[in-house]
Amino acid sequence: MTSPREFAASFAEIHPPLGPREALVEANRCLYCFDAPCANACPTHIDVPAFIKKIASGNPGGSAITILNANILGLSCARVCPVEVLCEGACVMHRYNQRPIEIGRLQRHAMDRFYEAGRRLPVAALDKSGRVACIGAGPASLACAAALRQRGFAVTIFDSRPLAGGLNTYGVAEYKLRSSDSLREVELVRSLGVQFQLSVEIGGERRIKELEDQFEVIFLAVGLGPVQPLDIPGENLPGVIDALRFIAEYKTHRGAPVGRRVVVVGGGNTAIDAATAALRLGAEEVHVLYRRSETEMPAFEFEYDLAKQEGVRFHWLAQPVAIHGAEAVESVECVRMELGPPDRKGRRQPQQIPGSNFRLSCDMVIPSIGQSRLLDFLSQFRDIRLTSGCVDVHPSTGQTTNPRYFAGGDCVNGGREVVDAVAEGNRAAAAIANALPGIVEARRG
Amino acid sequence: MADLTTRFAGIDSPNPFWLASGPPTNCGDQVARAFDAGWGGAVWKTIGEPIVNVSSRYSSVDWNGARMMGLNNIELITDRPIEANLREIAAVKKKYPKHAVIASLMVVSRREAWHEIVRRTEDSGADGLELNFGCPHGMSERGMGSAVGQVPQYAMLITEWVKEVARTPVLVKLTPNVADIRTIARAARAGGADGLSAINTLNSITGVDLDTFTPRPDVGGKTSHGGYCGPAVKPIALHMVQQLAADPECALPVSGIGGISNWREAAEFLLLGCHSLQVCTAVMHFGYRIVEDMIDGLGNWMDEKGFRTLDDFRGLSLPRVTDWNRLDLNYKIVARIHPELCIGCGLCYIACWDGAHQCIHVEGAATPEQLLDESRARIAQTPMVVALDTAHTPPARIPKVDEPACVGCNLCWLVCPVEGAITMDRIETGLPPQTWEQRAG
Repeated sequence: MTSPREFAASFAEIHPPLGPREALVEANRCLYCFDAPCANACPTHIDVPAFIKKIASGNPGGSAITILNANILGLSCARVCPVEVLCEGACVMHRYNQRPIEIGRLQRHAMDRFYEAGRRLPVAALDKSGRVACIGAGPASLACAAALRQRGFAVTIFDSRPLAGGLNTYGVAEYKLRSSDSLREVELVRSLGVQFQLSVEIGGERRIKELEDQFEVIFLAVGLGPVQPLDIPGENLPGVIDALRFIAEYKTHRGAPVGRRVVVVGGGNTAIDAATAALRLGAEEVHVLYRRSETEMPAFEFEYDLAKQEGVRFHWLAQPVAIHGAEAVESVECVRMELGPPDRKGRRQPQQIPGSNFRLSCDMVIPSIGQSRLLDFLSQFRDIRLTSGCVDVHPSTGQTTNPRYFAGGDCVNGGREVVDAVAEGNRAAAAIANALPGIVEARRG
Repeated sequence: MADLTTRFAGIDSPNPFWLASGPPTNCGDQVARAFDAGWGGAVWKTIGEPIVNVSSRYSSVDWNGARMMGLNNIELITDRPIEANLREIAAVKKKYPKHAVIASLMVVSRREAWHEIVRRTEDSGADGLELNFGCPHGMSERGMGSAVGQVPQYAMLITEWVKEVARTPVLVKLTPNVADIRTIARAARAGGADGLSAINTLNSITGVDLDTFTPRPDVGGKTSHGGYCGPAVKPIALHMVQQLAADPECALPVSGIGGISNWREAAEFLLLGCHSLQVCTAVMHFGYRIVEDMIDGLGNWMDEKGFRTLDDFRGLSLPRVTDWNRLDLNYKIVARIHPELCIGCGLCYIACWDGAHQCIHVEGAATPEQLLDESRARIAQTPMVVALDTAHTPPARIPKVDEPACVGCNLCWLVCPVEGAITMDRIETGLPPQTWEQRAG
């Protein structure tokens, strides 16, 4: 285990903050576009030129409020958003001098100053009838709850874990977003008057009935389930731990046991987070197995680049078929793959090459092949239609097929970014605020 | 190779670039270093009975992160003894015989005082005299500087006193803080001046400190209006030198001053009739070294245009300045947006809607407000498969000009950050040129 100091050093934030002078120079570079492409590319439509100009004019407080009005999780989004494919990817400066405005770091500058100054948002009076329960304390719920509370509704967030924040607290690589920063955002939401009931399991007919009696509207933002099993022999050997459990463990305990030679299975952003974390925790070698080739890898390019720079080794077209070991993991047996013809979605399907098996010796295996769907859990709610294990909603309201239920976040979109969850929470909040008077009326009637 | 040698009101210098009277010409060592850097002449920091200065003395207007777009000062004339200045002028002149050394002068408005300072200065070997009738702060409260330069009779009288004894060319430096600068110029000519320097600084308060509530520069919790200069005043200076050069009653050569910081601005002053150029703020900002590009850039531009000497293009733009009444009302241009260069920033669109004539449009939106509403209502998601095309502007973001409605005001072209993405193109109206004078009969 690493010492607290070593942990802090090896998980230091990878993007250094902008100094006040740097921020000013960068802010002044912004052209102040009208109907700005950066704002349009942002799922939460933060008015990017407005908050940047407020940094430039010496109005940092106003800048932070501009951000928070659109996105209550402005602090974490500034750190975890894949800005390269969102706001910064849309920046017109790509076609001007090739250097997009550093929107992510400017947003972080404004948000850091807001939190450092200990500022809070105004608390709205509880003057609307209608109570809302948000199930799950992740980004979608935090956004939905904050927006509804700011509109004067009573909101309670429920979560089974002891800390709120969802994957922001438990699942994002520490060098991108510290759990402590996620919890600062939770505190901001709490300061608005949102109630939290943590370490509480929701489920079972009776409990759901109680919820429906106590609350007019229920917002489901329960995320996804655990990482899917590999379904291969040896998966239960000591030394096999899925990526989300691994990340949650090292974040919660500020350190975790790690193998000498680690094999991560999967090619997504979470796989990269796990691989680079394993290196930071002291692994000598980290290997990533992906069953397709480099071009099909779902991880963002900058995540892949980061992993390569840090020394993670990638094995393309390789799939584990068994984990071997007497008492604990000793090796992974893989088979080589080749890409077959494209499927209906145009993705070329990997196929095993018979007889191509090989072994990679290792003492830790981290499966990261995507999260499972919470099919059993979600099926308990009446009249809620699911498609492929995700909740069906109206895209502009987040309303489910049961009009008293709304939903958002990963349980709806199948697993996207924090900013997508916030946007869905915001949209649902607006729709819930519209729908609540009618629902309250109907229940009285 | 272009020949930059300059003769202005009988004063020769290797090039037209002179340091204006001010902090960069405060002492002999400075002027020597400036000449080594390439400056063709220097107007010495105004000499007169030594004064006492305050601290602080300068304040500036910054703009969008750029420093000193405009500078203001409340420094007075030299605080060094007359003898020291004259001794150093003599030393500099000895070491740099081909460079122009002009003494700027300001003394109390008495004939004997002016006679004495003129004699002593000329004895030091200065090539010419510049009468400081322009300084708008401090000295003016004591009846000098712009207090003289704002009253034609005073300006004429003191010029006459100076000319009674002067053997070298006499330049009068004009203040812009008047209703019509030409009235003072005519008075100076009537007094016998050989040339004009224009403009001196503008009365100004650059700003107010929002914490202390003291306007800048802060002198112990108070300020006083100061003289404004630097890039911000160039347009005012250009207008005034044009007025002087175009006025047959002034009919004196002009040394152009006001916001010149590179060769392009220098060329502009020459095209509007100036004979030499004076620079101060840009040197205070960046040092004497800036003259290298001024000489190099002006020479290259002259070579490119086929001008051998400064006389080849001096005043070339003067006939192109006329009264509004004589402009052709049938000349018509329209804005054209070139999609291959447009980066899609939307600045032309909102400028035309809010600041002009509502003739640039974005497809599918009747008003800017509707455009914003639609954008905000659109659901954006993080792309799962990234195929970003950052090299091309999405066609929907490229605004279109309603050419028949376009009044040709230039605003979109001015706000466009990309050179060439908007051009103002001539439209043939088929109508003969017609001025307001002609239309109104």
